[in-house]
Amino acid sequence: MKINVPHIAKLANLPLKPQEKDKFEKQLSEILSYVEKLSEVDTKDSETTSQVTGLENITREDEVSPSLTQEEALSNTKNKHNGLFKVKAILED
Amino acid sequence: MNYKPVIGLEVHVELKTKSKMFCSCKADYFGEKPNTNTCPVCLGLPGALPVPNKKAIEGCVMIGLALNCKINNFSKFDRKNYFYPDLPKGYQISQYDQPFCTNGYVYLGGETNRHLPSGTKKRIRIRRVHMEEDTAKLIHQGQDSLIDFNRSGVPLVEIVTEPDFESAKEVVEYLKKLQQIVRYLNVSDADMEKGNMRLEPNISLMINDKGLRIKKTLPKYKVEVKNINSFRFAEKAIEYEIKRQTEILSEGKTPVQETRGWDEDKQKTVTQRIKEEAQDYRYFPEPDIPPIRFSDSDIASIECIMPELPDVKMQRFTNIYRLSAYDAEILTRDRKIAEYFDETTVIGFHHEIKRKRIANYIINRKIDINKILPAELIQIIIKDNQKSSLDEDKLSKVIAQILIENQKAVTDYKNGKVQAIGFLIGKVKQHFPKADTRQIKNVLEKSLK
Ligand SMILES: [Zn+2]
Repeated sequence: MKINVPHIAKLANLPLKPQEKDKFEKQLSEILSYVEKLSEVDTKDSETTSQVTGLENITREDEVSPSLTQEEALSNTKNKHNGLFKVKAILED
Repeated sequence: MNYKPVIGLEVHVELKTKSKMFCSCKADYFGEKPNTNTCPVCLGLPGALPVPNKKAIEGCVMIGLALNCKINNFSKFDRKNYFYPDLPKGYQISQYDQPFCTNGYVYLGGETNRHLPSGTKKRIRIRRVHMEEDTAKLIHQGQDSLIDFNRSGVPLVEIVTEPDFESAKEVVEYLKKLQQIVRYLNVSDADMEKGNMRLEPNISLMINDKGLRIKKTLPKYKVEVKNINSFRFAEKAIEYEIKRQTEILSEGKTPVQETRGWDEDKQKTVTQRIKEEAQDYRYFPEPDIPPIRFSDSDIASIECIMPELPDVKMQRFTNIYRLSAYDAEILTRDRKIAEYFDETTVIGFHHEIKRKRIANYIINRKIDINKILPAELIQIIIKDNQKSSLDEDKLSKVIAQILIENQKAVTDYKNGKVQAIGFLIGKVKQHFPKADTRQIKNVLEKSLK
């Protein structure tokens, strides 16, 4: 299977050095063929599911409980301004 | 060449639940200090566990039911993956292939639709209504973008139509209808200026070739328009796009498939400056949230708590109450007014006050329904009735005077020109603007004998 490594790197928001392309292509191929092994299992009588916990309808009532303070919310970042998180401008000029 | 607009709509409605979609932070962010309603779940911190808000799901299902959708017995949440600073987890919890509601429809009245004769209705198909979470709010400031996570995780319902609209006017009619419905359901304020109702139309044009009955394929491109925060902008942006695309197509070219934004200052749509990332969301089932299963009785019990919707009210007011479509439309625009009218008619019934008369007080006299109770309004109407009928003595005196002053009309009337009485009624009405015309006519006729 052909893997478009630059595209995946872009989707994952990861910088990619040119020499890494071949390396990751090989690694990702190996992972895929390993996961491929699953198709050997006979699933004729199994129901398709995306959940194996057997749980359903786990919801909560619409009630408010205390949130973090502004200081707590911002405590993991150095980039802040007037109580807001700060990132590089995302608009192009 | 004649082109026909093909327009589809995605509308996002923010629900007014007390708490957020997947955590118990306060949902109302309006006027709050930035980043004061957050927790590990809505900040996207590792290890946090989202738990869906039952009330929000109910709200989504109600919207689906109101739009005649099928409510799916089995649904799940999915992760929609993309990177943007307003999305702390790197994905948005949304619904992909098994949303709560699918395949609905609404009818638009024929009034705004020139392709249909007046009175006929146009069906707009609803593709899906699904539940998701809002993103954080970004504030752009020079070299920086600032983020407030108070809005992150607020319940959001997305309503997607098929590309069934053919004009900006139809789109606006639909939006007003949708806004009215969610307000009736009391699940959202749906205020476009405040951003709790947002819309993204996708617009393209196809050749209008009715005679040849060419295959009904949709255009190969579509242009999405963002940054529309009022009904007026929606109309202008769509009309602008239709014009712009017509010009491109007339030159034999195809418009570029892209996202554009409405620029109110320039009065046009402009290419969005945000970099278009390859739209590859790699949806997959949200492993942290077990699926949702609705039994038919679960759905029925949600349906039970829904109020009477505008279309049904409108029908009741015209068919059973015998109000004009005009009056009924005004009275049903807002659920509060409709319910006020209903209550007042019940009290009015015991005093033999006609519904039409109550409607007049609400519509024409614009009485303040927040200050005057239904029973008080009935008392006002009763008093007005007494006032206008009690003064017969005074009325006779004024009429006698008017007959002296308008000898010509009197002679005309006596010579058989019966319509002259209209002129005299007008004169009397100048003195008694609120009096009942029939009463004036009766007294006049007696005096003229
Ligand atoms: Zn939270």
